[in-house]
Amino acid sequence: MRVDEVIEGIHRAERARVLAGLIGVLRDFDLAEESLQDAYIAALEAWPRVGIPENPAGWLMTAARRKAIDRLRRSAALDRRHRQWGELAIAWIAPNPAEPIADDRLRLIFTCCHPSLAVESQVALTLRTLCGLTTAEVAHAFMISEMALGQRLVRAKRKIRDSRIPYRVPLPSEHLERLDAVLAVVALVFNAGYLPVDSDRLVRVDLCDEALRLALLLTELLPEEPEPLALAALLNLHDSRRAARSNPAGRPLTLEEQDRELWDRSQILVGLEFLKRAVCLGRPGPYALKANIAAVHATTRQAVATNWINIVALYDQLLILEPSPIVQLNRSVAVAMAGSPQDGLQLIDDRHLADALDEYHLYHLTRADLLRRCGRRAEAAAAYERGRELTRNQAEHDFLEARLRQISTND
Amino acid sequence: MRYMLIIANDPALHPVPGGPGWDDLMAGYGEFSAQLAASGRPFAGDPLTPPDTATTVRVRDGKVITVDGPFAETKEWMSGYYIIEADNLDGALAAASMIPSAKFGAVEVRPLAVLH
Repeated sequence: MRVDEVIEGIHRAERARVLAGLIGVLRDFDLAEESLQDAYIAALEAWPRVGIPENPAGWLMTAARRKAIDRLRRSAALDRRHRQWGELAIAWIAPNPAEPIADDRLRLIFTCCHPSLAVESQVALTLRTLCGLTTAEVAHAFMISEMALGQRLVRAKRKIRDSRIPYRVPLPSEHLERLDAVLAVVALVFNAGYLPVDSDRLVRVDLCDEALRLALLLTELLPEEPEPLALAALLNLHDSRRAARSNPAGRPLTLEEQDRELWDRSQILVGLEFLKRAVCLGRPGPYALKANIAAVHATTRQAVATNWINIVALYDQLLILEPSPIVQLNRSVAVAMAGSPQDGLQLIDDRHLADALDEYHLYHLTRADLLRRCGRRAEAAAAYERGRELTRNQAEHDFLEARLRQISTND
Repeated sequence: MRYMLIIANDPALHPVPGGPGWDDLMAGYGEFSAQLAASGRPFAGDPLTPPDTATTVRVRDGKVITVDGPFAETKEWMSGYYIIEADNLDGALAAASMIPSAKFGAVEVRPLAVLH
């Protein structure tokens, strides 16, 4: 294997751990990233001559700390006022060869997902530092300009430094709230990759894969916490439907429409295993309930055989823990399936729900579908029309146009 | 590091002297101040009189312009402040969440700038 291939492999496997360790020592995100970059260049130079070291990650860590010292010396020399501070910092970060690399990734996750940062910044920082995505990749994945994202990252890092957001794992008393923020970021990354907002989008980085890796990492770093396991279960169960989720034209398919033969059996088993471990650890939280619902679908071979009564019961519990409009919407679908479309329609026509989800195309499409099944065709057509206006997926747009024609010609 | 905890309240939602909840609120502030004192770190803090006592001053072209009222008309107004010392933002946020008025209004946490 060539040296650059070895470095590439180490980069993939060890980058987050080395970077997290460096930030722990240097207390400066930018200095850590730049010094790690310098260390890679040094490795490319040294390793072909002296061979690949026994502990490449440790070598990179030591080299990066030396490079950081070089950088600090240079800036201290430029700026007399900082000299004394620079000397102190250098003494503090000087590499100690006997010291093992601490696994600082958990501290890094909690810092990146600190609730005092905007959620968009939490997501961007996590993808940038823990997943090692470039600014261009993150910007592209979230369809914002590279410059805007760059500025957002600069502001977030400045706030970490100036407000002194700590680099630490929260105390047990703060743990739940802070862990929720971390899990929300991972779920957001997954959804951004999963929801086909714009079918024309070229997917260069797979956000679903990044989210699955992050969820797995959390289960390894926090093995006694049930919700990271439940999140890993949920994401795997959702991702197992990847091949069946849309038709060849790119239109998203409902669970009833999907060809279940295309669901990835081995990934379903992985998801169920995570769920089993989560359930063993205590009372189910929101992610465990969502994973449970996904598991009911995943283990039902034919859509008609779905145990909707069971799913409604799970949504009842979920609604208590997470009374959000989206949960309400999904629950009303389950109620319609377990009982009659009228039952579901009654819930979906709730004034507050209608106001909260008025801009959400799936609210109108779900409502349209229930109206159609109740035989209220004119109202169904109006709801399909509203859903069509709101969808940004071209294939879904075309499909709804066809459905609208079909409804009106049946008159 | 020093942080300023800026207490902002909508007077319509906040207990008033002699009204319901006022004694509990004052007892809460007493307890909060006692906790700050017990930490052994220096701190400062005072309540402010309502914004109808405020006067705003601007200097333009060497001329002092004095206007009645606060500099910004908002529903929530600054009703008091603390300056505390904390190891990091989490410490300051924990202190802010213990301020009794946080239950009725909001507490903004801002690090004091360090000038070289």
